[in-house]
Amino acid sequence: MNSLLNVILTTDFAFSVLRVTTPILFAALGALISNRAGIINIGMEGIMLVSALTGVIVSAYTHSAWVGLLGAVLSGTLIAGILAFFTLKFKTHIILGGVAINMFASGGTVFILYLLSGDKGSSTSLASKVLPSVQIPLLKDIPVLGPILSGHHILTYLSILSVLVVYYLLNRTPLGLRIRSVGENPHAAQSVGVSVIKIQYTALLLSGFFASLGGAYMSMGYLSLFTRDMVAGRGWIAIAAESMGRSTTVGTALTSLLFGAADALANALQVLKIPAELIATLPYVATVIGLIIYAVSETRKKNKKLKTTTTK
Amino acid sequence: MANALLEMRGITKVYPNGVVANKNVEFSLREGEIHAIAGENGAGKSTLMKIMFGMEEPSDGEIYIRGDKVKLQSPQDAIDRGIGMVHQHFMLVPSFTVAENMVLGMEPRKGVGFDYSEAVRLTEETARKYNLAVNPKAKVEDLTVGMKQKVEILKALVRGAQILILDEPTAVLTPQETEELFHELQQLKEQGHTIVFISHKLKEVKAICDRITIMRGGRSEGVFQISEVSEQEISRLMVGRDVVLKYEKDKTSPGKPVLAVDRLGVTDSLGKALLSEVSFSVREGQIVGIAGVEGNGQTQLVEALTGGLRGVSASGSVLVQGTDIRDADILDIRGLGVSYIPEDRMRQGSAGEASIADNLISTRYRSKDMNKGPFLNGSKIAALAASLVEEFKVRCSGPQQPIGMLSGGNMQKVVVARECSTNPQLLIAEQPTRGVDIGAAQFIHRKLLELRSDHCAIVLVSADLNEILELSDSLLVMYEGQIVAYFDQPSAVSEEELGLYMLGIHRQDKEQTGRAVNHV
Amino acid sequence: MFKVKYFEAIRTAAVIVIALIIAFLIISLVSDQPVKTIGIFLLEPLSTKGHIGNVIEMAIPLMFTGLAVSLLFRANMFNLGAEGIFYFSGVVASVLAIHLSLGGWLHPLAAIAAGSIAGALLSAIPGILKAKWNANELVTSLMFNNILFGVGLYLLNYHLRDAKAFANVSFKFEKTAQLSKLFAGTRIHTGLIIVLVLIVLAHLFLYRTKWGYELRMTGANREFARYSGMKTAKVIILVHLIAGFIAGMGGSVEVLGMYSRFQWTSLPGYGLDGALVAMLAKNNPLSVIASALFLAYIRIGADLMARLSDVPSEMISIIQAVIILLISAEQFLKFWKNRMLLKEAKEA
Repeated sequence: MNSLLNVILTTDFAFSVLRVTTPILFAALGALISNRAGIINIGMEGIMLVSALTGVIVSAYTHSAWVGLLGAVLSGTLIAGILAFFTLKFKTHIILGGVAINMFASGGTVFILYLLSGDKGSSTSLASKVLPSVQIPLLKDIPVLGPILSGHHILTYLSILSVLVVYYLLNRTPLGLRIRSVGENPHAAQSVGVSVIKIQYTALLLSGFFASLGGAYMSMGYLSLFTRDMVAGRGWIAIAAESMGRSTTVGTALTSLLFGAADALANALQVLKIPAELIATLPYVATVIGLIIYAVSETRKKNKKLKTTTTK
Repeated sequence: MANALLEMRGITKVYPNGVVANKNVEFSLREGEIHAIAGENGAGKSTLMKIMFGMEEPSDGEIYIRGDKVKLQSPQDAIDRGIGMVHQHFMLVPSFTVAENMVLGMEPRKGVGFDYSEAVRLTEETARKYNLAVNPKAKVEDLTVGMKQKVEILKALVRGAQILILDEPTAVLTPQETEELFHELQQLKEQGHTIVFISHKLKEVKAICDRITIMRGGRSEGVFQISEVSEQEISRLMVGRDVVLKYEKDKTSPGKPVLAVDRLGVTDSLGKALLSEVSFSVREGQIVGIAGVEGNGQTQLVEALTGGLRGVSASGSVLVQGTDIRDADILDIRGLGVSYIPEDRMRQGSAGEASIADNLISTRYRSKDMNKGPFLNGSKIAALAASLVEEFKVRCSGPQQPIGMLSGGNMQKVVVARECSTNPQLLIAEQPTRGVDIGAAQFIHRKLLELRSDHCAIVLVSADLNEILELSDSLLVMYEGQIVAYFDQPSAVSEEELGLYMLGIHRQDKEQTGRAVNHV
Repeated sequence: MFKVKYFEAIRTAAVIVIALIIAFLIISLVSDQPVKTIGIFLLEPLSTKGHIGNVIEMAIPLMFTGLAVSLLFRANMFNLGAEGIFYFSGVVASVLAIHLSLGGWLHPLAAIAAGSIAGALLSAIPGILKAKWNANELVTSLMFNNILFGVGLYLLNYHLRDAKAFANVSFKFEKTAQLSKLFAGTRIHTGLIIVLVLIVLAHLFLYRTKWGYELRMTGANREFARYSGMKTAKVIILVHLIAGFIAGMGGSVEVLGMYSRFQWTSLPGYGLDGALVAMLAKNNPLSVIASALFLAYIRIGADLMARLSDVPSEMISIIQAVIILLISAEQFLKFWKNRMLLKEAKEA
């Protein structure tokens, strides 16, 4: 037990929590926006994968990490746009559309990678760029807080900033109001001239935008190259975090952090020989339990309402 | 007409499925009046109002606002031209505050952000201007129905509505709230607004409206000054028969009681009584008709008879063949010999993508007859389906055709065939001929009479007076969840008389309605 | 003249044609010898007995999961849990294949039965949650995929792993546990017979028994089924049990038929492929055979193409995505159907 505490109670561990939370947080924010507009985007995994690869390729060819980031974001948003086009225009089932996106990405990225580098495993032969990490002046010199909060990857800071942005977007802007109204009562939105389709397009594109930031982080920050299936379930964890966080910005951010901590812990616990495979399932188990508690309490509430009011 | 604010000329609406909802309707609205549109369900009120609000485009006809011809292609067009609408089902976002709902779609901005305090200010200002008190910061889900309605009215007003359409606004209100609403509407009128008030409640129309347009069967039956037309007159125009059907009825003497409903009471989640003290009985070989304007408790009564209220405590008892079925599940109830033709053949009565044969056996596939060892007896099912299709003259390419591809009338015949062919002891027929062509309707009527001759007890709930007056052996009228009239000679009852009871103008005393229970 | 009732078939054909055209386009863009490569892609799977065998071997797991998902979709249950169950049941069967010693056909029977039952029980959980509390079966089943994968991988790494082997694989299965091959020169195993029997049984169940009837009616319109007196909650739990059983059997059979050790260190993907098979088969058990064979065919074609030319086999996942997007697109070619409807209405 002591050794566990020794691992957890270090600034290194706290630092690593933020490091592994970043991609989950980005994707969870993306899932949040589309969910609030009433469309569940399960293509997160695929969008992240595509943008991770695009970031590597574009940065390798342009010799600029920033152009690479731009490419990553555009590609991820484009994929979300394709999903939106099929589900909103052609009425493809949104879940099957998401399955298709994931399928496309897991094979398609390897396909492209192989064509460009002759390698199906990783992008080692591409000289891709990495986005920088940032030391924050003043903060970095504060003991404890400094080593935890300073020196992170720039996208990690952006992810934290994104929480604020998404919160502001959803709760304090006209677009956010419309997104939430479309998700909750599309008829009401329509009756006052809000175009439901347009809002859902926007929300899906935004979800793609945030997910692709997470993808770019994977290949231009977390690692410095693309490897096959490198997203490794983070898209799903993000969806779980959004669901556990009951579709609120704060809840989603906190659950993402919690799941990130579980992820970091999985690495740390290997010291203790607690199997990482089992730790990795914790976010999903937590989500299922959360879902059950919610579903049961909803059913109870409904029944109670009927009972008490009709016996009067 | 020079002073017409809004005019609709020759409006005809044919839906893609062939239903003609409006036939050459004329409607004219004067500035500053409260104008009622009255009519029974299916009279075409809703369609006319949807056209007025840009939700539907007319197949034919023209709309003028202040003399200018306009095209209203979306609600936004209507809103832009000063038309606002309060829907019967509120168009509000429950988790939003009143202020947020007010400005949705026209949000005030501050920089890139949404200026919430401006929204609150705007709400307060509008509320003050029209003297409609609301709390801008309250969440809509916490409001009472009456309050929600106020928000809806304010929503229309803040968008600059000069013409306000209210779709059955009192249907969900308590009497006190109704009172308050009327007061508010009067005030709006004094401030120069024009109001279209859709209703079938005559008392209310009388109380508040200046003029009335009466609709029936998709047509306008005329426009009247409210002061110049009596309730009787209105009810005669609203409730009338177009074609008189006549059937030969066997002389049967009713047998022992099959259904006995005793002081049944049901309350909704807000404590409003949906049914109270409902008592009646139905005997073998007897058709008991239940008339009434829709929404007066018929739905709940049918639910109580068919297992729909299971788990919901209701007072009183419902006995079928002596067994109380209030807590029985549907299978048990059907096991007692109860058949049910539901009001909505698409939602409940059929599975659209399944074949006609599959739809025909849904209540009897369990029986020994239909099975052979572990398997369904395919040839028996096919034979049964073929004979029912033949007997009920279902026009189709064969029993394997998906039922969803049939016309409404033929689909209904399949439903009726299923429910009538299991030798039922009690049949609940809820609007059995709604939306079907006259040929199919007559066919279904004859089938009901055949069942009656076979000693089946039948409860016939219908808004179609023709059907209910012609077929019933005795007739109940429901109004506001209660039985307000009982007739033992329905064919001798005039439509005018019936209309007075249906619209709540008259009611019989307890002793008279008590005759609905006869156990002899 | 085309009729509306053939619409679905025509649409499916159109989707396949479009997908193949896209495949050709990709090949033309990528390959130095496009014509030759397309030839390999289309014809090579039929060129030798071994290749035909590959197609059928590949079709076996696809038929299992396709059948399981078809039944779920038929009941209008949106459950994609076949993926995790397929994997986990494979682990369960492996445990028995390694640790049990039984004679002859009893050994695979016991292992497959255990895998199937495990699958049924695991699948029932989202089913019960849905039927009793209306918990979204899609989300729970997706979460279960990840949970089952994690637990299965743990079992592999900590309890089954053969330290002497070079890769991350389990101990060797007992010889007695492995399914026997049907045809010399191929790896087609007795699993083919099992799945074909299962498909016929499922067909009979679905169209010839009262339980299958209840399942179809519940799926077509749950409200109608309830109105008719069916216990729809029970039906939903039952279909989950059956689908889990089939998916679990699929995982067990695949492991014992194709491998001598358990070696999946990631989800094999057959569960989600099963959704594609089910969609192509329009959720009809018998059609699952053809659609699984089709999918297996283009996959083996792509594999051979990758081996014999310069186009990587991963192209196939792009094609699969296109098929899913189009086949489930309600509006795709709808305008054409409407025109047909109008025409028929006018003629009638």
